Amino acid sequence: MILQDKDRIFTNLYGQFDWRLEGARKRGVWAGTKDMLELGRETVLQTVKEAEVRGRGGAGFPAGLKWSFMPKQSDGRPHYLVVNADESEPGTCKDREIMRYDPHRLLEGCLIGCFAMGANTCYIYIRGEFYQEAQHLQHAIDEAYEAGLIGKNACKSGWDCDIYLHRGAGAYICGEETALLESLEGKKGMPRLKPPFPAQLGVYGCPTTVNNVETIAVVPEIMRRGVSWWTGIGRPKNHGTKLFCISGHVNKPCNVEESLGIPMKELLERHAGGVRGGWDNLLAVIPGGSSVPCIPKPTCDDILMDFDALRDAQTGLGTAAVIVMDKSTDIVAAIARLSLFYMHESCGQCTPCREGTGWMWRVLTRMVQGRAQIEEIDKLWDVTKEVEGHTICALGDAAAWPVQGLIRHFRPEIESRIVNYQKTHGSRTVPVAAE
Amino acid sequence: MSGTARPKVTTFPAPNTGGFAFTEENQAQAQRHLAKYPDNNKASAVLPLLWLAQRQNGGHLTRESIEYVASLLGMAPIRVHEVAHFYSMFNHRPVGKYFIQVCRTTPCMLRGSDELIAAVKDKLGVGEGEVTEDGVFSMREVECLGACCNAPMVQINDLYYEDLTPESLSNLLDDLRAGKDAQPGSQAGRAGSEPLGGAKTLTEVGETGVAGYAFANGGGVPDAVRQARKAEAEAAKNEHQAGETSGKGDGKA
Amino acid sequence: MPTLTINDKEITVPAGVNVLQACELAGFEIPRFCYHERLSVAGNCRMCLVEMERAPKPIAACHMPAGDGMKIWTDSDLVRKARRGVMEFLLINHPLDCPICDQGGECDLQDQAMAYGFDRSRYEENKRAVPEKEMGPLIKTIMTRCIHCTRCIRFAAEVAGVEELGAIGRGEHMEVTTLEQAIDSEMSGNLVDLCPVGALTSRPYAFSARPWELRKTPSIDVMDAVGSNIRVDTRGREVMRVLPRLHEDVNEEWIHDKTRHACDGLRRQRLDRPFIRDEGGRLRQASWDEAFDAVAKRLKSKRKPEKIAAIAGDLCDAESMLALRDLMHALGTPNLECRQDGAKLDPTRRAGYIFNTTIAGIEEADACLLVGTNPRWEAPLINTRLRKRFLEGGFKVGMIGEPVELTYQVDYLGAGTDTLKQIAEGKNAFADVLKTAERPMIVVGTGALARPDGAAVLALARQMALDFGMVSEEWSGFNVLHTAAARVGGLDLGFVPGEGGKDLEGILDATSSGDIDTVFLLGADEIDMDRLGKAFVIYQGHHGDAGAHRADVVLPGAAYTEKNATYVNTEGRVQLARLAAQPPGDAREDWAILRALSDYVLKSPLPYDTLGEVRQKLIETSRTFAAVDHVAPAEWGDFAQEGPIESRPFALPVANFYMTDPISRNSETMARCTATFILPKQEATGTDG
Repeated sequence: MILQDKDRIFTNLYGQFDWRLEGARKRGVWAGTKDMLELGRETVLQTVKEAEVRGRGGAGFPAGLKWSFMPKQSDGRPHYLVVNADESEPGTCKDREIMRYDPHRLLEGCLIGCFAMGANTCYIYIRGEFYQEAQHLQHAIDEAYEAGLIGKNACKSGWDCDIYLHRGAGAYICGEETALLESLEGKKGMPRLKPPFPAQLGVYGCPTTVNNVETIAVVPEIMRRGVSWWTGIGRPKNHGTKLFCISGHVNKPCNVEESLGIPMKELLERHAGGVRGGWDNLLAVIPGGSSVPCIPKPTCDDILMDFDALRDAQTGLGTAAVIVMDKSTDIVAAIARLSLFYMHESCGQCTPCREGTGWMWRVLTRMVQGRAQIEEIDKLWDVTKEVEGHTICALGDAAAWPVQGLIRHFRPEIESRIVNYQKTHGSRTVPVAAE
Repeated sequence: MSGTARPKVTTFPAPNTGGFAFTEENQAQAQRHLAKYPDNNKASAVLPLLWLAQRQNGGHLTRESIEYVASLLGMAPIRVHEVAHFYSMFNHRPVGKYFIQVCRTTPCMLRGSDELIAAVKDKLGVGEGEVTEDGVFSMREVECLGACCNAPMVQINDLYYEDLTPESLSNLLDDLRAGKDAQPGSQAGRAGSEPLGGAKTLTEVGETGVAGYAFANGGGVPDAVRQARKAEAEAAKNEHQAGETSGKGDGKA
Repeated sequence: MPTLTINDKEITVPAGVNVLQACELAGFEIPRFCYHERLSVAGNCRMCLVEMERAPKPIAACHMPAGDGMKIWTDSDLVRKARRGVMEFLLINHPLDCPICDQGGECDLQDQAMAYGFDRSRYEENKRAVPEKEMGPLIKTIMTRCIHCTRCIRFAAEVAGVEELGAIGRGEHMEVTTLEQAIDSEMSGNLVDLCPVGALTSRPYAFSARPWELRKTPSIDVMDAVGSNIRVDTRGREVMRVLPRLHEDVNEEWIHDKTRHACDGLRRQRLDRPFIRDEGGRLRQASWDEAFDAVAKRLKSKRKPEKIAAIAGDLCDAESMLALRDLMHALGTPNLECRQDGAKLDPTRRAGYIFNTTIAGIEEADACLLVGTNPRWEAPLINTRLRKRFLEGGFKVGMIGEPVELTYQVDYLGAGTDTLKQIAEGKNAFADVLKTAERPMIVVGTGALARPDGAAVLALARQMALDFGMVSEEWSGFNVLHTAAARVGGLDLGFVPGEGGKDLEGILDATSSGDIDTVFLLGADEIDMDRLGKAFVIYQGHHGDAGAHRADVVLPGAAYTEKNATYVNTEGRVQLARLAAQPPGDAREDWAILRALSDYVLKSPLPYDTLGEVRQKLIETSRTFAAVDHVAPAEWGDFAQEGPIESRPFALPVANFYMTDPISRNSETMARCTATFILPKQEATGTDG
């Protein structure tokens, strides 16, 4: 079922209207916030739990459950809500639109989230490159303070809620929640060892919950329209609307809010003008941001765009960033470029990722030209397996999976390049590093 | 400007600020940033303060400016150097008046970022990390800037320029060199990330949402609230009934 | 006490241990690079991955707390594959230059690659090269070998308390570095031990020996009064290096840089022959017979024994002090002194001159007052222990004396006696800290005692210990921090003025005036030689330092690495140093020299012919010598004479950490350290002040 405009939350997604407080209020933001808080912490938490909101930042972890990990009673330490606005996953550009065109929706969510978790302070960690977005958000924060919506006695609810904006400075890894907390504390953004989890020991050693911008921003509307409205959209365990970022080889790349579970083909054809050169010209799609494996066209034909369907296809919804590649794509080069990304963004803390990301990129770079041996495909597969699951954070997995997706689905392509190269350059050419 | 209350429990060489200091305005800014963080955690302000230092210093950080930040926060210089070298947006060499960062990651690559990079190099005669002789431009390839639906794109200083072609980028650079105002955002006429040629969705949405949207202009009762009231009312009713049926029992007790 | 199953073996482990420790307890070795018991857990090398039941991925054993009912496998296929993978990653950018690497033969990477790695490399790309980093005169860097375990960074920041090391850059370009400055820490040499590969190696030792060429002798350090446990590595008769040896109660597994690197001083300016000063005033080589004759002529011709004095220096072992004491007693002189710094310590009550809290006991304390001491320079290992305690939290430290920068938070209270009195009288806020503390301690440095009113200061400190509840059945918070390895031994065996005897000041006054005309210096080099006047000076020791230059007869003795000898540390712990190399030339073990001399001097020679017999005599002299490596609580009681106290700041006894004794003064390495770390600061204060 296709989502109708009446069910869309982000009604200013394209910036058609005023993003400031006045415009936001017209769109229903900050409507009934005080009433919602008056329901009490448990009821708010229960609502989010019942709605089964799965995290919109990539992992799809149920937000209500995450919130419920926070201590019910403070042991004297303050609680924190930290909003992960370090949107850096290649292909993903949805939080940006929320922050620049609908910042008050996020702030309202922050207040409700803080309230539900007993937090009086919220930090929004925004990636450093988002300068305009940070300005809008800061402006919105100032407006909200001015209007008494946040700050002391926020919305006259009796709850104090300070919201601060914290700008990053260029590090993909800070999107990992514990690296983000390290960065927020003024250190290098290196992921922490878990356990303990942030709900026990987060920022400044205090209970902390880290949520994605979109996750937080949809909460107020769920409260307003009701759990059954939300769960009526999508499929079981995959409820609600979702911002999809469609990029790459489509006729009209765009962001769009759609129902979870929309067929990929319909998503691309209805909203993004279809694949360049027609559906049959499709080579592969990376359906959830660079960290998930690509899937070839046959899989794309009837796949549904939600957490579980994509997981079953050995890939993932991730951030719902759909990167489309048509048949003109040099798929090896496209994945090699992702490997370069992960090498550049590896924090360097743990061995497999620090050493493995560079290795994968170097081998792949040779394979783009075919300057490799057939056996090296298996070696590369081995290397991805030696990285996967052995690192402190998920960046290792994220670096390994695209390469695994490539080998899984496009092995003949790599082989033929090697064979062609050997035909022109001699069969046992010793590979030399590509630097 | 006051330092921080963090107890110093290690020794380290005194920061060598080499005479670098914030302007009065930046000092005030720095204080505003410091106010965001709890008293014992002022190190949190290291990123905002490095930002101020980089801006004041014309786009890059020097050893002195880094150690100045260390001195303000009472941090060991090495810790601030670690931070300053970890995040890719801190530059350690001078950049041009217009610092062009071309996104090269796959979504942009699929839509021609390599051609943009070639165009910039060709037009300006500078390579990765280099500054033009006149100091007006410098170029860097960067990883995904998060505007993938408007690919390919570049960031010039603070702002994004999207939906570029080698030609439109070339024109943009000409405009900048000529001192003309360049319009950030899509260079293909899009307002945001809607499909080119106009949005297909949100067409029924007006300033106050779709027609009849209950919560427009702050109106309406949130469903959660309505449910809760209903539940309360029912509970009260049940209690009332329960009270009636068990009334005798209560009387006995 | 969680019970877990490791490789099908059930084991109950103490609460709070991690899986890696639990595996070790169960007898299963877990390879590791970044993990170190005394440092925070980094979990970054990923070498210790093990399989845990119900965990989808292998877990880092170093980080996972051992939990009840856990099932762990350390040798499954999954684990072996994970280890092999990590090993391969560590090696792809490691230069494999083992043949020219000083770590070769004692390299964790080498050993573990043999045990857990692949037999060949699959990496066909270019290897990474990393520029060397400046870390000062003690640490040589070959950073291409670095495996980024960050042990060095963590040690510097956590144990040594210096934040000068960090990792710059990210990903595969991350480099461990300083800010191109020497690491200004007296503990920096430990970085070399901690480095699991050859990235940080000892600069003074560079390319000088291979580990398998060395004979390793466990011994005791004498560079301060801590008595750090060391291992002396020798090749032939040369000491090649000194390394720490584990002793939880003393130095844990650390040593400071003087302990480690002063050993090259053992090769220079050595006294390898007896010398006699000729008529022309020049020292000429002599035979032992001639030298003993010359000494005997002088000592025997004395009809008045009180004109003879003997002073023992800072590095003397207990055996030689006992022999000299017995010799002097036999001659009838009461003028014996082992406190060459002039500290007014009272030898009558042991509790009054040792570090009663003990070094390990510091970890029990909750407040500490430092009086006239810079522990960072006088006893870096005690300073390290104080920092360790501080980092645990709930530990207040106050300081009186010259303000020095320590590696923990210190309330600086004042410069001298006035402040001490204020606290004693409760007129200083720190008095409340001490009063409310459950286990407060006071550390009196020799800087507070080596002054004319030192005895009165000691008495005041004693009174404070009583007033502030530092002395009880369960707790002993009164401490004297010595700087000399010989001191407590000398006091224990009574190398102090006898009935009517003169102390250091008295002796020096008497030599100046001529009342004393013969002085026996047993390794005493720190006294003011000018005040010896015209006295005939016999110097027994191992270095041609101040004492030998002044001497009329020089008897060449053995340095601490060249004899089996007993030392008593500042806690009163008796420890045995062992002969690691023979003394050079004609030099001999010190007690044996004195025993031989007694044949020339006394009617009946000293009554011991073997080391065993000397030690028996030591035990007879003081029972404390009977229990090696044991600190018996010293009984509290009266000591120190109350008296007027001058209003004057306390001076510090150590002006240059790197040069405090004849060995370190003759060490080229210590000279380089002095040039790097001490002289620039002195110049700075010179211009500033």
